[in-house]
Amino acid sequence: MQDNLKSSSYQQLEQKSKYTNMFLRWFLYFVLILFASYFIFPLYVMVVTSLKTMEEIRQGTLLSWPSGLNFDSWAVAWGGRGYGAGDTFLKPYFWNSIKMVVPAVFFSTLIGAMTGYVLTKWRFKGDSWVFLFLLFGCFIPFQAILLPMARTLGALGISNSIVGLVLVHTVYGIPFTTLFFRNYYVSVPTELVKAARIDGAGFFKIFFKILLPISAPIIVVTVIWQFTQIWNDFLFGSTFSFGEAAPIQVALNNMVLSSTSVKEYNVDMASAIIAGVPTLIVYVLAGKYFIRGLTSGAVKG
Amino acid sequence: MFKWLEKNLPKIVMAPAVGLIGWFVYGFVLWTLYISFTNSKILPKYELWGFGQYEKLWASRKWLISVDNLLIFTALFLIFCIVIGIILAIFLDQKIRAEGVLRTIYLYPMALSFIVTGTAWKWILNPTLGIQKMFIDWGFENFTFDWLVNREMAIYTIVIAGVWQSAGFVMALFLAGLRSVEDEIVKAAKIDGAGLFTVYWRILLPMMRPVFFTSFVILVHISIKSYDLIVALTQGGPGISTTMPALFMTQAAFHKSQVGLSAASAMMMFMAVAAVIIPYLYSELRRENAR
Repeated sequence: MQDNLKSSSYQQLEQKSKYTNMFLRWFLYFVLILFASYFIFPLYVMVVTSLKTMEEIRQGTLLSWPSGLNFDSWAVAWGGRGYGAGDTFLKPYFWNSIKMVVPAVFFSTLIGAMTGYVLTKWRFKGDSWVFLFLLFGCFIPFQAILLPMARTLGALGISNSIVGLVLVHTVYGIPFTTLFFRNYYVSVPTELVKAARIDGAGFFKIFFKILLPISAPIIVVTVIWQFTQIWNDFLFGSTFSFGEAAPIQVALNNMVLSSTSVKEYNVDMASAIIAGVPTLIVYVLAGKYFIRGLTSGAVKG
Repeated sequence: MFKWLEKNLPKIVMAPAVGLIGWFVYGFVLWTLYISFTNSKILPKYELWGFGQYEKLWASRKWLISVDNLLIFTALFLIFCIVIGIILAIFLDQKIRAEGVLRTIYLYPMALSFIVTGTAWKWILNPTLGIQKMFIDWGFENFTFDWLVNREMAIYTIVIAGVWQSAGFVMALFLAGLRSVEDEIVKAAKIDGAGLFTVYWRILLPMMRPVFFTSFVILVHISIKSYDLIVALTQGGPGISTTMPALFMTQAAFHKSQVGLSAASAMMMFMAVAAVIIPYLYSELRRENAR
């Protein structure tokens, strides 16, 4: 009898905690979805606005659904309206950015792989100081190098050119790429390298035969990181280039700020999406590697 | 000759990186430091002038406003990013369905440039057609939200956009931190009768001290360097009410021909970053050596 009583009160208690748990669960999902809508809100507004006509924009609200799939403002943002002066559009600047990003990512990744390899597998006296020396470059505020960089680019005759921007992005990418490769190669057993050295394999042979074949993940992380950083850069682009040599972020900013008679928000939003889509695609396809880059050594510029 | 080459090959391979960073980072910073002690206007002059530029800088109203704004922005940016980041990380850690999708949504702003997101926020926050109009159309006729064009409030729009962009990053850091804690610790605490709240508040969060430290350093670093977001959102306006040090520096250097003054402001930024980063690197290296 007593046993029975006990168990029923226990059941009651359990029932109660089941309800609290359910409530907690709902609360959890509610908060998570609330934040998700806060994060998705600007993207949603960008997309629907880019599909509306200016008339619809004036009459509807931020959230209202467009009347149809109207890609006119995308066409204007990408290719212009087809008349001469004052017709700015993103197409040439998009290609500028591609021409800037590809070599800059390639060179900075290559240099990072080499330095990371030496710093972990061909250690020399004072190598940790050299690493620290390079690492500090991740953190300097670029304002402290803008003035001399502008003069140097001028002296080299590559100011306001894509070549100049490739140089800038390659150099200031090296600390990050070195960090990535160094932290990755540290975990590769040095015995492998030692054995290969005893077998008479040289510096490059060991790199190509032993390290490169297992480097795919870190190469992906580094390439994605560098691609995102360089594509999204505005400070260097706006300081060292203007007019025709500008990369897309600079062009986007100029387009949005240009004070033509009527502000066309739909074209602005379409332009912003065009400028953001490459990195967004990379993020969606390879988010895992993107996050690894972000948290890798938890260093972020 | 060949022997020598073979022996020194690793150092030769290292040379480009060390040379480039030595010249383009350290050399350039020293050059900027030197110029900050000269009376350079349009072009750099090399005669030393003492601390004149620094005196001018700290007497400049615009610089003082920049520093004020930076402090306000940094404080709010830190608090909101860390609080939101921790809440999201803890909530996501409860075996949530569709965790992957939610995580992707929280973090995608990090993949976009501040210019892209600044453009979007500028449109959303503009009083004529943005949020304000939305609420008025919904029937809240007296609703006003004009922060973007309000001198007193414009700085907070930058906080809104900045937090939106970076909170997901803090979430990722803390989620990774929480996931690295061994299950046994949590289980043991639960057996001892600790509730979920106690487990997090008393056990897990205190264990996250390095993650707090890392987030702090990175967020402060982002906020000192913030430039793109302000250019895209307010360009320092209305008036100069949202100007910040990075904007001050580029304007002085490239629009106002105050090369010496801009160098001085750049060095102030450099010192602020160094004050945060050097202890961080020191402790990171010590942790690594201890391993």
